[in-house]
Amino acid sequence: MKIDIIKEVSTIIPFKNTRFTSILIILFIIALIAPYVAPPFLTYILLTFFCYVPIVIGFNLLLGYTGLLSFGHGLFVAIGMYTSVYLMRNYGVTSIEIMLILAATLSALAGFGVGLLCIRYVRIFFAMLTLAFSMVFYSFLLKFYWLTGGDEGLGIYTRPALLGMKFDTLYIMDFLTKVYYYYVLAIMVILLIFMYRITTSHFGICLRAVKENPRKADESGLNVKKYRLYAFVISAIYTGIGGALLVQVTRHVVPAITYWTYSGEIVFMTLLGGFNYFTGPIIGAFVYIVLRDLIMSLTIYWRVILGVALLLIVIFVPGGLMGGAKSLSKLIIKKRESYEFS
Amino acid sequence: MSLAELQNVKKYFGDVHAVDDVSLKINENEQISLIGPNGAGKTTLINIFAGTIKLNSGKIIFMGKDITHLPPYKRCELGLARSFQLPAIYPNLTVYDSVRASIISKLKKGKRFYSSVDLDDEVNKMTKEVLELFELYNKRDMLAIKLPHGDKKLLDVACAFALWPKLILLDEPTSGVSTIEKRKVMEKILSVSKEMGIKSFIIVEHDMDIVFSYSNRIIVMYEGKVLADGKPEKIKENAEVVRILLGKVK
Ligand SMILES: Nc1ncnc2c1ncn2[C@@H]1O[C@H](COP(=O)(O)OP(=O)(O)O)[C@@H](O)[C@H]1O
Ligand SMILES: [Mg+2]
Repeated sequence: MKIDIIKEVSTIIPFKNTRFTSILIILFIIALIAPYVAPPFLTYILLTFFCYVPIVIGFNLLLGYTGLLSFGHGLFVAIGMYTSVYLMRNYGVTSIEIMLILAATLSALAGFGVGLLCIRYVRIFFAMLTLAFSMVFYSFLLKFYWLTGGDEGLGIYTRPALLGMKFDTLYIMDFLTKVYYYYVLAIMVILLIFMYRITTSHFGICLRAVKENPRKADESGLNVKKYRLYAFVISAIYTGIGGALLVQVTRHVVPAITYWTYSGEIVFMTLLGGFNYFTGPIIGAFVYIVLRDLIMSLTIYWRVILGVALLLIVIFVPGGLMGGAKSLSKLIIKKRESYEFS
Repeated sequence: MSLAELQNVKKYFGDVHAVDDVSLKINENEQISLIGPNGAGKTTLINIFAGTIKLNSGKIIFMGKDITHLPPYKRCELGLARSFQLPAIYPNLTVYDSVRASIISKLKKGKRFYSSVDLDDEVNKMTKEVLELFELYNKRDMLAIKLPHGDKKLLDVACAFALWPKLILLDEPTSGVSTIEKRKVMEKILSVSKEMGIKSFIIVEHDMDIVFSYSNRIIVMYEGKVLADGKPEKIKENAEVVRILLGKVK
């Protein structure tokens, strides 16, 4: 079978859409030079954002493409985090690749088990069930403190080896913002490409059919439950990898990750950016993480402010930031056209 | 061998005997019209056949297999497709993607996670073929929900045809369409089925002129039972059928 490389690449980077392609290239260049021009705390925020990208796009494969709202995705973040921490603390593992692979595997297994039970339900029942699973894990983490560190969680005090290279002599902030940053950036880009391909694959079309009208999809020969389960497992893998990447930045894991409010934050980011768009949750995560840091440093009532913001968005721009931007640009184009014709 | 067989099929909704002990044999190359007044149980019969709803008792055989307890998607895999009386669409999929979903299902390519569907010539060629046959190709980029009612019905039918089934069940494909349009839609469906080589179908239809002009078998349902079943000429002569149909349906 002959594979046309240029055609394959053009499905990911739409060369024909020059404006979009140039935006992508500019963003990538900014990401590349940021550690050398931006102050470390900004690079640190950017790094945190990169770690959240797999989490939110994984989450949105379920919400935006399959129509299932999970309120328990913190569970898979936690699996990724605890797996890494456990490997580092108890088994002296340094290779981050091993941590990522094991985090992905365990998330997939957990995703399969939880998914199998949850996909029988949809809408609020699905949301409640995922939430319940996450909360069960939360109590487990609290109870078995000798294993999990209880509510104080577990810290990591060593540095992972990236591609077999050790960076033990670097200051931790330098390690994170100058080395680990690029590692996460690379993984994020790869995961983004994979996810984009999944959403535009044969499977992706079927998923959206299942979301839009499960009954019709069923009558059209698609095994609705199976598609939901596949989506759930892929989603769990992405979220788990995100957690494993993130824990190296936070250097600490606590059970609160599995508490429903944390899962709520993932939901928030996705709604903020707009779950009907591939880029929506990514933009949502960026804005949320920057805003949270900003507002957190200004007031202790940041949760209230973010809560009100979510309310306003749901009421006034249900399509999220991306949806809002799209209607705005449509409005501008219409205005321009009406000028031209008048 | 017959294509399908319903044996003593029953479906009750409380006291309503929607389908009451119906037995039918359906052969290949039969273009069947299922007629009867409103509430006769036609939709219910289609739903039971396709697996949309469960029956109370009875047995359904399709392609020599007992499908009584198979879920709809498995029946579809065996070659049974249907369209809905109230058009079933994928609201926020484009017309093109709606049909593509059926084609992917037909080709069993749904498990391809990492292949670009836009680069799949087989899928896109077949999708284009079906859309052109139904004259929906220039509306391919429209969201299904934005289509006018008649086109929604047609898209629903197109999705069923795109599965290249052995037997297709069409529940009132022309309902809600103006009388002039009805004939056009019907002719479209007939010519497409010829073109695509789909030879056996059951169409629920009200318009008697249309019914008698295209089908080679007519099944009349009334209050959940099969009242008459036979060639159009025979049905025309059946006095009781004429009374019920003219009395209840204009
Ligand atoms: N889901 C349901 N619940 C209760 N009664 C139903 C349901 N579906 C159909 N019926 C009843 O079953 C009978 C047959 O309906 P239906 O099959 O839709 O008739 P037709 O399609 O021939 O007009 C009607 O009396 C209808 O009211
Ligand atoms: Mg009906």
